[in-house]
Amino acid sequence: MSGTTIEGSYGEFGGRFMPEALIAELDRLTAVWHEAMADADFIGEFDRMLREYAGVPSLLYDATRLSEVAGARILLKREDLNHTGAHKIRNVLGQALLAKRMGKTRMIAETGAGQHGVATATAAAYLGLDCVVYMGELDTKRQALNVARMRLLGAEVRAVASGSRTLKDAINEAIRDWVASVEHTAYCFGTAAGPHPFPAMVRDFCRGIGDEARAQCLERTGTLPDVVTACVGGGSNAIGLFTAFLDDADVRIVGFEAGGEGVDTPRHAATITAGEVGVLHGARTYVLQDADGQTIESHSISAGLDYPGVGPEHAHLAKTGRAEYRPITDTEAMDALALLARTEGIICAIESAHAVAGALKLAKEAPGSTILVNLSGRGDKDMETTTTWFGLGDPAETISSEAAR
Amino acid sequence: MSTAKAFAATRAEGRAALVGYLPAGFPTVEGSIEALKAMVDAGCDIIEVGLPYSDPVMDGPTIQAAAHQALEGGVHTTDVLRTVEAVAATGTPTVVMTYWNPIERYGVDRFAADLASAGGAGLITPDLTPDSGPEWIAAADARDLDKIFLIAPSSTDERLAMTTAACRGFVYATAVMGVTGARASTSELAGPLVARARRTLEEQGSDLAIGVGLGVSNGQQAAEVASYADAVIVGSAFVRTLLDAQGDRAVGLAALRALTEDLAGGVRRA
Ligand SMILES: Cc1ncc(COP(=O)(O)O)c(C=O)c1O
Repeated sequence: MSGTTIEGSYGEFGGRFMPEALIAELDRLTAVWHEAMADADFIGEFDRMLREYAGVPSLLYDATRLSEVAGARILLKREDLNHTGAHKIRNVLGQALLAKRMGKTRMIAETGAGQHGVATATAAAYLGLDCVVYMGELDTKRQALNVARMRLLGAEVRAVASGSRTLKDAINEAIRDWVASVEHTAYCFGTAAGPHPFPAMVRDFCRGIGDEARAQCLERTGTLPDVVTACVGGGSNAIGLFTAFLDDADVRIVGFEAGGEGVDTPRHAATITAGEVGVLHGARTYVLQDADGQTIESHSISAGLDYPGVGPEHAHLAKTGRAEYRPITDTEAMDALALLARTEGIICAIESAHAVAGALKLAKEAPGSTILVNLSGRGDKDMETTTTWFGLGDPAETISSEAAR
Repeated sequence: MSTAKAFAATRAEGRAALVGYLPAGFPTVEGSIEALKAMVDAGCDIIEVGLPYSDPVMDGPTIQAAAHQALEGGVHTTDVLRTVEAVAATGTPTVVMTYWNPIERYGVDRFAADLASAGGAGLITPDLTPDSGPEWIAAADARDLDKIFLIAPSSTDERLAMTTAACRGFVYATAVMGVTGARASTSELAGPLVARARRTLEEQGSDLAIGVGLGVSNGQQAAEVASYADAVIVGSAFVRTLLDAQGDRAVGLAALRALTEDLAGGVRRA
């Protein structure tokens, strides 16, 4: 979309590149969402569910031992303590409540790490909706624990064997389902990407992260942080944190992408750092693509960041310079994960470890500064990957990473 | 060469047109050219050359499998244009069916120019609606290329009118709420959708043709659809014949011809 006629554009990014069959529903969803956000009853119910069910607001935690090692004051927004273990519960409770408002009886979702799938299955159980979750076949193997959780919650998990068998293919399959089921089915999209209204709607449901953190930080430190940081897959936890700080010109905003085995190799998911402008899953944004515009398979040790696109608002924030985006390698993330575990007794998700690793770098660049990190999720789901990475299953192995020593 | 040329001919004959689809590069670039020429030979009035894409959200398993095979075989956008050139040389109007990103990547205006010089008639854009496609509309208008946008059973009256007004060549009516794939019976949604589109076009003072696609797989279904539509669009069923032939070229081509003849008979029976 190059015009300005469609709501949902972020500079040159965003828009709605979707089959006509879904446009009427996207229009309806946009209208109902706007109406709901202006309805005190809806907002009240959403807040009540977050508070009484999801454990929100999450704590802002002064990570003093980690700060000592880092050389800067690191504040962690503890989204890992939310029900289901990640920030994702905020988004799904919002979307599930909207689904009910629209009279839907069924919710579908895509999932990478399984966190969004678990959150969606949870919200569906909580609100009495049928639930089908699409998950790349590769990811069902990487995240077997989350598959089991979804099934226990009553959701059907469909393994997607097409394409690269990861998150992007799960999204394709969910869209195919939705085209045929849209009358009674809501698509609970898992990140702040996709066609309008998803990027804005998901941001609004997640923005409590930043609104809370900003107030908590002011209360705790009497001032705003110097930098706010988050990991960026599709970008929901990051935009959820960043939104509250966009108008605070003195607060630096940095997102950390999955650098995989390095952005100079083909195995990474650093879309803004190394991608080019294109259209993927309904939005114009940065995309990892080849010379013909075919999507390139991404790689990250964290399934939740393993996506070759990124939310259009992040593309815009990068382009305008309001936010910076940098890659963190698999190794850097895993080192940070171990360091956090040993200094603070917190095992975070590998996704979130990218933000922690980024904060350690920022601390080196600006010693003594205050860095607010969104700890988007907990690491239970990743223990198999972590066990393999560090050789934890082998009693003879010791964690050999530099940072963890 | 606009698809209008084909509709002038089929309307003169008092029948619907048969539109046949195959992805370029499936099973190979040369193989797809040969197959598409066989479809022309056996009775297709218009050809759709698919541009294989890594993330085909409107396609079911059959076309996904063919596109995947084509991409694994290393097909490029330039091969699609080469395929168009070879098929259009037969004199049969040839359009490209493509998801949007490969066109943006190639350069919208550059693609329009190269498509026109290959003799291509225009584009079918399953994930680009007119309100999101001003750049394509300008490029197509500058070169008199067909802009074939989709309408769906879920399209509102406003969107239907906006879309038919933006189309050139023909209007593509998706018969079902769903993705591509052969279906056992024709859809009940297609007839009413075509009737709505027809009324809208009349109000717009247009006699643009309306094609119906998604699900048609045999002559019987083609005849049913041809009774109310100006074109019957068939994709997955053609792809299926080649998939089933499992690389046996002669068997595949024979099956492709037989299916084309069956469908061509159908559009003449209505
Ligand atoms: C804990 C956690 N953090 C971050 C992400 C990445 O998603 P997003 O970029 O939308 O926040 C995921 C995705 O699964 C996740 O599970």
